[in-house]
Order: sequence, then structure tokens, then C-alpha cells
Amino acid sequence: MSRAVAVAGTGRATRRRLGATELVWLALVAVAVIGAVLVAVDGQNLFSIANTRDMLSRSSLLGFVAIGQTLVILCRSLDLSVGYVMALSSLIAATTMNGDPARVPLAIGAVLLVAGAIGLCNGLIVTVLKVNPFIATLGVGLIIKGYLDTEYQGPAGDVPSSFQQFGFSRIGPVPVSTLVMLAVAVAGILFLRKTRTGYHMFAVGGSEDVARLSGVRTGRVLVTAHVLCSIAAGIAGLLIAARFGTGSALVYNSGYDLESIAAVVLGGTLLMGGRGGIGGTIAGVLILAVLDTVFNILAVDPFFKDVLRGTIIVAAVAIYARRQIDRKASRVRFGGDGGSGGSAPPEPRPDQPAPELAGGTR
Amino acid sequence: MTVTAPRPTPQRSAGSRAGDLLARVFGGGSATVFALLIVVFAAIFIVNPSFAEPPSLMAFLKQAAPLMILAIGQYFVIVSGEFDLSVGSLVGAQVVIAAALIDGEEGRTVPVILLMLGFGILVGLVNGLITTLLKVQSFITTLGMMLVLYGAIRLWTGGAPTGALSEAFRQPGRGGIDMAVVRQLPWALMILVGIVIIAVAVMRSSYGRTLVATGDNERAAGFSGVRVWRVRTLAFVISSVLATLAAILIGGYAGVTAQVGQGLEFTAITAVVLGGVVLGGGRGSVVAAMAGALTLEALFVLFNQLELPSTIRPAVQGVIIIAAVAYAARERARPRHHQEVPSQPQPNEA
Repeated sequence: MSRAVAVAGTGRATRRRLGATELVWLALVAVAVIGAVLVAVDGQNLFSIANTRDMLSRSSLLGFVAIGQTLVILCRSLDLSVGYVMALSSLIAATTMNGDPARVPLAIGAVLLVAGAIGLCNGLIVTVLKVNPFIATLGVGLIIKGYLDTEYQGPAGDVPSSFQQFGFSRIGPVPVSTLVMLAVAVAGILFLRKTRTGYHMFAVGGSEDVARLSGVRTGRVLVTAHVLCSIAAGIAGLLIAARFGTGSALVYNSGYDLESIAAVVLGGTLLMGGRGGIGGTIAGVLILAVLDTVFNILAVDPFFKDVLRGTIIVAAVAIYARRQIDRKASRVRFGGDGGSGGSAPPEPRPDQPAPELAGGTR
Repeated sequence: MTVTAPRPTPQRSAGSRAGDLLARVFGGGSATVFALLIVVFAAIFIVNPSFAEPPSLMAFLKQAAPLMILAIGQYFVIVSGEFDLSVGSLVGAQVVIAAALIDGEEGRTVPVILLMLGFGILVGLVNGLITTLLKVQSFITTLGMMLVLYGAIRLWTGGAPTGALSEAFRQPGRGGIDMAVVRQLPWALMILVGIVIIAVAVMRSSYGRTLVATGDNERAAGFSGVRVWRVRTLAFVISSVLATLAAILIGGYAGVTAQVGQGLEFTAITAVVLGGVVLGGGRGSVVAAMAGALTLEALFVLFNQLELPSTIRPAVQGVIIIAAVAYAARERARPRHHQEVPSQPQPNEA
């Protein structure tokens, strides 16, 4: 179906406007080029092995969180508890392993289980209790924070060196953690494009009422998204444990919740749901990683870094929005040429056989 | 259709009007917050009966005023369908600016306060115009503003706040008029009451109605002739100006530290939602939003009275917030307005 829409749109529409995901990757290229020039003026090479490695390992941690966050945001929800889930996961992993390599699988299982359970809570609070996701996940985050502050005063647990490999080893210049992150991203893209639940996520995000009236079990879809998001945050927590060699409760102060949302929106996914995809998110994560690396090489004042980051995030999203303004509505729900934007969502709309679309496929 | 507040009809008796008013203030999802407020206060009084004495109540209100003012500002933005995540950073920035520019000299107090108000208006304008004209989602605009303010202030002061506040600057936050019964009538409370009266009046004015209509259905409001961008930008400006006033109170009450304002945006949004205001806009009253803030502050006092370990407080707070919002959602889900609409004889309705 998505192919059909794309083929139908190959007229003037696609030539005039790039899709959101392509735009994000273009933005990434632009940021990388500008960054490389700035770094070159400083007499260094942005793409040297060490710097590339730095960029990629920066991106993996945020990448996991952002992939999960993408699923939730696609469903027009939000997860502010990811930072706390990461902290909790790192502690569970480190204390379960406790220096014993044989317990690594057990620890991974425990982390995924606990993270999934938290996601289930989030999802059920949002769907069954009808609490706004902002408040629901903020509240669940506070509950986890209370538990963490009470139970763990400082770093706890010990990660065996075999599992620390997950954080440090690399193949060529590419860290293993980044490869795992990319594998998760590919799995996520396939999930969104090939499975029924994935399609339903776009539908639920587009309009929950329409999705429900079309026979989608919207509650289950939302809960699934939340569970997957928390599990992704759990994997990020595992990575933290592997990098630090111990579990740390203070991770939740690092602002991964807002940063992951920024990365997702930077990746062209609408906060209003229904449009976007993981491909764009990865580009968004990489943009943030490239920026961080460039700032680091140029030794930008850490506070000025915040100023630049804030400005760049807003500017980038403003540029995307510019390109979408002439689409008039931020999101086409009913009728109209839903596919002309050519963005990532496969937009399954079998109930709407547009004549030009049928003609285009033959 | 877009305005949720019922139309005033002259034919109705005073009784039904009063009932209408009650329904408007306590109705919808807002009943929960008032019930919760009563429960929390009752619990505080049981744990510590001396809290019911006017002086300690006044001290409590003085402490609660900044968050209530922030919640009122946040309400304007949320009811128009947007977010303002920058208020926490803005409060921190304003306090640091005040300390650095006043530097302990009494004579500079008024000019610096005027400058702060100007800065607040500027921040609100930037937030609003980027959101409305550049079509950046407000979550991202104000998140960016939060980062920019956070970084810029620390860049300017070199990481730690410098200077000192003047005695006059600290008066609104900590001073008051000495009185017989209450011992001290805080300036903060009077400022708060003034703001509440203005806010209620604004929400009853055509601007307020337009704001709610915009939050309820932006396109319908636009088609009815509302200049959506202007209405929303003004809401952001109101939020930033009120954050500036809150900063003056917080700076006066608590003094200057590097952490002032951190996390306040989430507390303010929580307070507003606790008050039954729907994220996404178009529903809720400003009084209920303020009551939400008061409830949160009362909850913190209750935690203190119960001598709850500080580490467990977030967990309890999280449970209560979720429970209260879930309960309010249950109330709202009941088909109450479907019954209300036909039962009221509206002369113009077909």
C-alpha cells in the first residue's frame, strides 16, 4: 500500500517536496558537513577514527531510548518515565549480575521483565484509567524515583567484565552497542511497516476514534507501544550498567526523557502522533550526537552548548514545519491527498480507494 | 459549539444560576481537586491541629503563592492547547538576573524589576511567535527555550549566581502587613489574590472565551475569525510574565541559589492537570488550576507533618497524582453533559 501511494505520488508532488525522513537525513548531512568544516578550521578531522567512534557511541544510548519513544509518540502518547526506567534497569542489571558472568542472562531477563512490567503499568494507566500520558508517565517516573532514592543511596552492584564488553568493544570503528542499537532500529522499522500492530500504531496516532471505529483495538496497541518503549529504555539501562560497570540511580538526572523526545521530534515524527518513523529518529539521534562531538572537539563552554542545542533543536523543527506549512493542516486525517507528503508512515487506508491511486499502480 | 462555558440566559432564576456557577467551578474534572484539597487539609489538621491557626495558614499561603501563580500562567497556555516547559528555567533565570543586577543596592530594585518584566515579556513573545508563526510544536519551542535560558544564565554568571538581592526586592516574597489575628498578612497573598481576580476576569472576557475556543478546536476558532496566533502568543506572554512574578516571590522567599526553579515546570503542569484542566486544551477553569497548585503544596506540607522520609515522597506524590487524575477522568467519562444540554431550555436552540 505504501508503495502504491509512493508510486501514485511520483508526479509533481514528490519532486516538489521531500518526505520528512529524507529531509531529516539531509539535515544530518548538513549538520555533519558544517560541523566538519568548523572542526577543519580548528585544524582537526571530524571523521577521524576516534571522533567517529565518539559520535557513534554517544548515539547508541540515546538511540535505544529514542526508538522506544518513537513508538509511543507515534501513538500520540508520551513517555516521561524512561530516565527512571533506565536508572532502575542499570541497578537491577548490576545487582543481579553481582560480578558473576553466569548470571548475565538472568540479569538481562530480569531487566527486560521489569521494564516491560513498568511499560505495562504506563500503558494500562493511560488506556484503562484514561490518565493523560504526560501525567501518567510522570507519576510512574516519580514512583520509581521514590523507590530508587529509598533503596539505593549510591552506585550498587558489579558488572562482570564479560558484560562490560557490550559497552566498550567494537568492530572496526563501530561500537558493538551502536550495532545492537541499529539492529533494534531495523527491527522497529520492520515492526512498524510489516506487522499489523505496527500499522495500527499509525492509525491510533492519527485518530484514535477513527481507529477504534475501524475495528482497531486501540487500547492494546497503545499498551504494546508503552511496553516496547519501556523495554527499549531497559536496554539503554543495560548499556549504562555495561559502560559504568555498576548500576547508578543518578542517571535519571541526565535528562534522557526530554532529550529522547527532542530526538524523536528532530527526526520528523509529529508529537501529535500518526506521522513519522524510526528511520527519522535515528537521524535525529545522530544529529544530536554529531553536535555533541563537534562541541567537544571545539571545546565549547558546556553552558554555551546548552544554548546552542536549544537553538538548533528549535530551528531544525521550525525548518521541517516550514516545509509542511503549505500542507495547511499539520496532519491530514480525512480525505485529501494523504500520501503526497511521502513521509515515512505507510498510511494504510484501504477504506479510501482514491481513483488516481488505483490508476497509478497498474 | 467551541465555547464550553454555558451561555448566560437571562430567564433563569438566581438559584439555577448559582447551581450553574457551582457546576462550572466544581464540575467536569474539577470536583476531584476540591475534594482532594479538603481531604489533604483535613489530614493536615488531624496530624497537627495548630496548623489551622491563622498565622500558620498565612505562612503556608505565602509559601504556596509562587506555585499557584505559576499554575495560573501555565493554565493560560495549556487551555489554549499548548505547553510551557520553559517556566522553571525562566524563574531560575529571573532570580539570577535580579541578584546580579541589583547587587545589593536598594535604588536599583524598581528598575531591575521592570527590566525583569520586560525580559519575561520577551521570552513569552519568542515562545509564542516561534510556536504560532514558525509552527514549531510548543513542547519543542519551550524545551529549547528551557535549554537556552539554563545555559545562557550560567554562561553569563560563570556557573554560580553572583550578587545579592536588595531588602526591598525581598519584601514581596517574605514580608507583609502586620495584623492582629493573622500576625502577618503576606504581600505574596495579596499579589496572588490580585492575579486571581485579574485571571478570572480575563477568562470571562472575550479573550478568555476565545482562548478556550482556540484550545478546543483551533480550526473552528480560526474559521470563526479568531486570530489564533495572536491569542496563543498572548497566552505565552501571560505565562512568562506570571513566571517572572513568581520568580520575584521565590527569590524573596528563598533567596538565590543555582537550583532555583529546577523542575518547577513539571510541578506547575502537574498542578494544572490535577485541577482537571485537560492537556490539549479547551477544558478546565483557572480557579481549579490554582486549586491544583494549592493541593500540591498542601500535600508537601502533609508530607512534612507526617515526617515522611524525603526519599519516598516522590513515590507517594506520583501515586496520588495518578489516582486523582484517573478519578477525574472517570468523572468526565460519565455522559453528564449529554444530559445537561437538553435539560436546559435554550431559546435560540432549534
